[in-house]
Amino acid sequence: MLKDQDRIFTNLYGMHERTLKGAQARGHWDGTAGLIEKGRDWIIQTMKDSGLRGRGGAGFPTGLKWSFMPKESDGRPAYLVINADESEPGTCKDREIMRHDPHTLIEGALIASFAMNAHTCYIYLRGEYIREREALQAAIDEAYDNGLLGKNAAGSGWDFDVFLHHGAGAYICGEETALIESLEGKKGMPRMKPPFPAGAGLYGCPTTVNNVESIAVVPTILRRGAEWFAGFGRPNNAGTKLFAISGHVNNPCVVEEAMSISFEELIEKHCGGIRGGWDNLLAVIPGGSSVPCVRGENMRDAIMDFDYLRGELGSGLGTAAVIVMDKQTDIIKAIWRLSKFYKHESCGQCTPCREGTGWMMRVMDRLVKGEAELEEIDMLWDVTKQVEGHTICALGDAAAWPIQGLIKNFREEIEDRIKAQKSGRMGAMAAE
Amino acid sequence: MLRRLHSEQPESFAFTPDNQKWAEAQITKYPEGRQASAVIPLLWRAQEQEGWVSKPAIEYIADMLGMAYIRVLEVASFYFMFQLQPTGSVAHVQICGTTSCMICGAEDLIAVCKEKIADKPFTLSADGKFTWEEVECLGSCTNAPMAQIGKDYFEDLTTESFTKILEDLAAGKAVVPGPQNGRYAAEPKSGLTSLTEYESGKTQYNASVQLAVDLGDSVKRIQGDEVPILTPWIGKDGVVAGRAAEGQPPKAPEAPKPAAKQAAEAKPAPKKAPAKKAAEPASPEGAAAKAVDEAAPETLTEARGGKADDLKLLKGVGPKLEQTLNELGFFHFDQIAKWTEAEVAWVDSRLKFKGRIERDGWIAQAAQLAAGEETEFAKKAKDDGRYED
Repeated sequence: MLKDQDRIFTNLYGMHERTLKGAQARGHWDGTAGLIEKGRDWIIQTMKDSGLRGRGGAGFPTGLKWSFMPKESDGRPAYLVINADESEPGTCKDREIMRHDPHTLIEGALIASFAMNAHTCYIYLRGEYIREREALQAAIDEAYDNGLLGKNAAGSGWDFDVFLHHGAGAYICGEETALIESLEGKKGMPRMKPPFPAGAGLYGCPTTVNNVESIAVVPTILRRGAEWFAGFGRPNNAGTKLFAISGHVNNPCVVEEAMSISFEELIEKHCGGIRGGWDNLLAVIPGGSSVPCVRGENMRDAIMDFDYLRGELGSGLGTAAVIVMDKQTDIIKAIWRLSKFYKHESCGQCTPCREGTGWMMRVMDRLVKGEAELEEIDMLWDVTKQVEGHTICALGDAAAWPIQGLIKNFREEIEDRIKAQKSGRMGAMAAE
Repeated sequence: MLRRLHSEQPESFAFTPDNQKWAEAQITKYPEGRQASAVIPLLWRAQEQEGWVSKPAIEYIADMLGMAYIRVLEVASFYFMFQLQPTGSVAHVQICGTTSCMICGAEDLIAVCKEKIADKPFTLSADGKFTWEEVECLGSCTNAPMAQIGKDYFEDLTTESFTKILEDLAAGKAVVPGPQNGRYAAEPKSGLTSLTEYESGKTQYNASVQLAVDLGDSVKRIQGDEVPILTPWIGKDGVVAGRAAEGQPPKAPEAPKPAAKQAAEAKPAPKKAPAKKAAEPASPEGAAAKAVDEAAPETLTEARGGKADDLKLLKGVGPKLEQTLNELGFFHFDQIAKWTEAEVAWVDSRLKFKGRIERDGWIAQAAQLAAGEETEFAKKAKDDGRYED
């Protein structure tokens, strides 16, 4: 288990002093100017060496992403945009950072912006997080008052502003180009790529969009060294990570742990075990709603990192939002609810997604009741394959994968329910 | 889900003086000419003030930000947090119904709403105090099931605790948001498994609840005077330091004005010279200009002497195209008569009707009209008065 002194978010639960003074006492904002003095190349190289992969779901190497920004300005400003639109069902980790440990994020924003030649950072927060917005803004105000932001921020010689912006309840705005559109005051509809945001993003200027957690870990990594961070987790899956475990565990919680921790250890150490014991575990969605679910028996020994979950289990780490379901759960209905979510959140720009999400939800509606034909399972599979990969952004894929995971892992349950409905007898499921 | 403006709209909308000040302060967060970025925060403040977003509010904000009404309506109807119909006078209750909450009992909370508030979402309760809806994941999954009421999250709910909260709110009693089962924030309920040495000195409530308790504005209609309006990013010298240190972003494309306004004001000419457009890699026009062999013709910012020729006298040009041509910077026949082949290509790529210039022989027509001659079409058009109001 990760030791407390190796945890980056030492005030995750907000039980300690939440002000700037408290943050400084815990080691934040320590020698920030010195880190910036070491220069852009050193910062980016250290981030690359640390092996940090983006914490927003896709897992793209953060240092590499930064290196895509133009080295010299062509007259246009560059922007850092922090994606705090935490809306992926199951995910509630960034909220804890923003309300309880906000200075990790603000300091990270300064350093990251310097590294990509940006004088301005926008934090795009989801609209529903109103108190989190107030808490984060209070921390920003405090940083301005103490000269950590604004002209010559933190004595680094870099002029830097952080602006807090918010959305109004659209999941799609977590997609980076939709977020940029929304930040420009438009509907959040993803843009075609290329051009990539690093070439033409916010206001047509070079822009990098990073997740809150990716930015908030930066100062600590730079202070303690790339080797320290890379020392946690398996190669290519380095670092510590916030896990959010929800659903049928005895003690759901958000907790920072080392990457590549086993699922069993994570659950036993922090969540007080599965409700009703390990034999009662039905299924787990290990990385937020967009990744396929995994059968419980395959999960117990699973290693919680990008490569294992994807390579061995055909799922993904995503945002490390772990949704646990025990055997009292109606798994078909649980996945149906996700289909309903994606139907609600499709922005309507691409036909396969706009029509497909509704189509999939309506078939799922009937599968939940068992009022379907057996062939329709394959038909549904087929539709998910037609949506997947045929849309501008990944929402189409995200809508398809949970259903594919359900069919792959729980086909028998679906079939049993259809048969039971047809024969009018209680199926095997109800007999349990 | 269809989202339309409500059938009954108030007469007018205005921000309270403090909210107005707040809104103007928000606009300073964005670079010059990019004030449209503030549309979501402003609409949200309008909703906080009134309880919902009305048509006059949309128009008020559009005028304030120099946006076309339709662009703001588009935003208001796209984002689900904007309530386009009146909500309960006390509060609008939002139950998170997505999977994590669903498997932890959100359906029971919805049943409470149906019983205590109204059978259907977005419907006023009998006493007019509440409305409810089921929303998608609110991002408090480890504290499931939960609901958002006003500004606040009520977490780790049971049907009993939720019912009690609704009753207290209806009675005008203060409620304390946050976890309702004794938890502090998102830590394990049975006790800390990490960060134990940081437990000391904890304040009574977590950050969100502390703010709610301190401000006492969970379900209040926001007037703008609750907290001081701060703009720390504007330095003592009145300069936004970061923005001053960087270049200007490319200008935003001119927003089309509502039709009523277009008629009322003289057409502002396109602000930037088309040649400059081609230099901006970000603009789609720029990309097109590179692909085809085009050259930008000379344009005017306004009609010479304030009096434009009636371009509708060209065969193939109606009121719409005339307007487009004016927007591009063409007001006179002699301008059109001078177009070269490459310039025709430039104009062509900006019109919705490709090839019309050549097909209808605009240049020849324009040359005749510029010289004071009549064309057959112009004579007919004048005689039958087809373009007169």
